[in-house]
This record gives sequence, C-alpha cells and structure tokens, in this order.
Amino acid sequence: MFQEQRFKKLSPEAVPGKAEELKAEGYRMVQICGITGEGSTELVYSFDKDHSLVNYNVTVPFGTVVKSITPTYWAAFVYENEIHDLFDVEFEDSQLDYKGNFFRTSTKTPWKGPEAKEAERWERER
Amino acid sequence: MGKRTIVPFGPQHPALPEPVHLDLELDGETVVRAVPSIGYVHRGLEKLVETRDYQQMTYIMERVCGICSMGHGYGYVNAVEGLMGVEVPDRAKVLRVVFHELSRVHSHLLWLGLLADGMGFDSLFMQCWRIREKVLDVFETVTGGRVIVSYCRIGGVACDLTPEHISMILKVCDEVEKEMDWVRRVFFLDSSVRNRLIGVGQISKDEMVELCGVGPTARGSGVDNDARSADEAYQALGFEPILYDEGDCYARCKVRVDEVSQSIELIRKALGDLPEGEWRVPVKGNPPAGQFAFRVEQPRGEAYYYVKGNGTKFLDRARVRTPTNINIPTMTRMLQGCGMQDVSMIIITIDPCISCTER
Repeated sequence: MFQEQRFKKLSPEAVPGKAEELKAEGYRMVQICGITGEGSTELVYSFDKDHSLVNYNVTVPFGTVVKSITPTYWAAFVYENEIHDLFDVEFEDSQLDYKGNFFRTSTKTPWKGPEAKEAERWERER
Repeated sequence: MGKRTIVPFGPQHPALPEPVHLDLELDGETVVRAVPSIGYVHRGLEKLVETRDYQQMTYIMERVCGICSMGHGYGYVNAVEGLMGVEVPDRAKVLRVVFHELSRVHSHLLWLGLLADGMGFDSLFMQCWRIREKVLDVFETVTGGRVIVSYCRIGGVACDLTPEHISMILKVCDEVEKEMDWVRRVFFLDSSVRNRLIGVGQISKDEMVELCGVGPTARGSGVDNDARSADEAYQALGFEPILYDEGDCYARCKVRVDEVSQSIELIRKALGDLPEGEWRVPVKGNPPAGQFAFRVEQPRGEAYYYVKGNGTKFLDRARVRTPTNINIPTMTRMLQGCGMQDVSMIIITIDPCISCTER
C-alpha cells in the first residue's frame, strides 16, 4: 500500500490565504519545493496533519512576486530563501529575508538563463 | 542593557561537525538572536537529475549524506516505486525496516558520542563509537560497505539476508543492548552530563508545533510526528513513538538513548517474523508523467521525498527535504536567551546534518 497522495492546484495569489486556513485547521508546514519549467517555476507547498499529507502545486510565471507565508509559518523562511537564491523567485513580506545571502555558494546563483550556462561552462573547463 | 555584540560562529568551529554559519547577537554573555546561513557544502545533487536516469539517481541520493545514506535510499526508492506503481515484496519491505533501524542505531550512537565529545567527556565518546562499530561490521558483512550501504533498490533490496547474516545481526543486537545499559546509566545519571544538559536550550511543545520541528528534536518537546507511526511496515511491528516533555537538551538526549533500545527491539521483531519469498521484483520501463511524495522517519527526523516524472528515464525533479532543514528554525529559537557557553550543546542536540540540508 502506498502513502496517500493529495495534490491540488493553487494560484500564486491564493497561497497566503490557504496557508492561514491550513494553520487554523492545525496543519504543520512540511516543505516548499521549486521546479524550473518553461517560462515559469512550479512551487510545491506541502502540509501535514495527523500523518496525512496535502500538497499544493503553484505555477509562478518568471518575474512574478509571490507573497511570503512566513507571517503564518515563520519556519518557511528556510525554503523561501533557498528558492529565492537557487530558483530566482521573489517573495514579498518575508519575516526573514536574507536578500540572496542564505546559500553562500562559490558559484553565482540562481542557476537559470545565460548566467547558469556561463557557470556550467566554467565548471566544465575548471 | 549591555552593549550588543555580533559574534560569528562557524562555519569552521570545533563544536561543528559540518560547516554552518551563525551570527550570534549577544547582550553580554546572553544570546539575543541567532541568524543562520548555509551553502558551504552545497553540491547540487538534486540538479544531477537532469543528467542521471531514475535508476542512477538511487546511488546519488544515497550519497546525500554518509550517516543517513540508508534513509535517503529508502525514501527515494519508495517515492519512485509509488510513481511507477511498483509493488515491493513483503520480505523486501521488512528487510528495509531492519536496515533502516540498524542505521538509526549507528546514527544515534554516533550522535551520543558527538554529544559526549562536545561536553569534554572523551571516554564516553569513545565508548559510544566503539559500540557503533559493531553495527558497521554488520553493514560491511552484508553489503560490503560500512558507510554507503547501498541496500535499497527500486523494486526491493540489493541482497537477501542469509541465516548467518540473521544470526550475526541478532548477536550484535544482544551485544549493543547489553552495552547500552551502561551507556544509558551514564547519560541518565551522571552528574556531569545532567548538569550540562538539564534546562539548557528549552523549547516548549507549543513553540515546537509553531516552528514545525521534526524528529527526536520535536519528540523531546512532546510532539508526536514520527513518520513511522503511519508506515504499515512499522504498524505491523507495534511501533509506538518515544516522547519526553521537558523540551531541553537532556530530553532530546533521552529520546535518542531510548530509541536505540527501541530500534533493537524492532529489528528482533522484524527478523522473528521475516516473510518468506521474493526480495526484489524486476522494474521495467520509465516513470510515467506524474508526481509522488513520500515521507520517511530518518534518525534525525522526518524526511520528505518528491519525484516528478515525464515518461522518459529522466525525472523532471527529485527533491529531498531533510530533517535538519526544518530544524534550523527550531535551533535559532532554542538559542535565544541561552548563554554563549551553551551554544555548542544546543546546536549538537538538534543533530544537525548540513550535508543533508544543502544537498
């Protein structure tokens, strides 16, 4: 038997409201994940209550700013700063914004676009 | 109010087994605020999914961390099996549990040693690591590897256990259990351990829930979110999570000491009722388009695995959210108000794994 799978779609604007709703229902935030797509980044928000997981797929077009959920789930700063640094998604109203200094990598981030190609070329030739 | 000072802590520090940086804002000797930053051992392992197929990614995932290697393999293969709809034989499920619990025993013994080392109790440190070697001997005998055991495969496990292997595991369980009696007495009763840990780095159950903490760190504050409770393989063994309510460094230590004994008991039960039959099924084809999430209780806490397939042999995404990732916020809260002398103890008691966190 596989673990129960619940994936739902959500718009970027609906994220903070849904987070507040889930918090009020007693859900724990599990993680936020970034996936680079064609012209957009997909975010997967996961929450748990009583060992039951629910995931929300949020498609964020490049350049779109997403409202932070740190006012509701402060611990989300870890994921939001990681996604900002590595996937170049902007979060506004963050309770703890590192402004691109959370992941102190030697290679310049985010890894997309011409800068990523240049970084990859540099890595290969090193 | 005294003058506020910022003290940089790490990334290179004797108390840190791995590099993480903290800016500690101090008022005299008291920590007012701790701001962490990471990235010093980021290896881009998840990005390798673009150039390694879903089978090869098993070996990549096992190398996210040396200590949790078994757990990472366990989580990743379960996620891929879920995506592909592969039914794993019952014997393989139980064998995975046995190895996962052996992995928890060696991880907790490693951590207990690091804790003892952190407080300057060197003989206790060496005893814990000496006991741990017995478990690594089992890994080496069965799989050939002491650190990266590479035991999980998509569809089952790498090899079956022979009767000789089972005898060896049960013998090691007996030996570790006997030695743990002494270790438990020292950790629970020795005044130097108690004085160093009791009341230090306290975090309440409500705060832990608020910060979404996981693993022994959360269970030391009485929060029950052990992913094994929802795992059918563990339910069959009558698993019950170990909880302490005090929420200090001492409670987090007690959870881990007790979990070593609990894991030994789970291994005995699992091996005593090991199903007969296949231990691996062939897996053909590519993962279909779709997504699957799987959670596993690693020694450090709940880990989350997410895979997204596209119908080819390459996945679109393989994501790992490790326990330390979510325990960083809890650690920063524990540090608020503590003395500078307790910072290293508090960091150690969340059992941080920075390699896991950064991937």
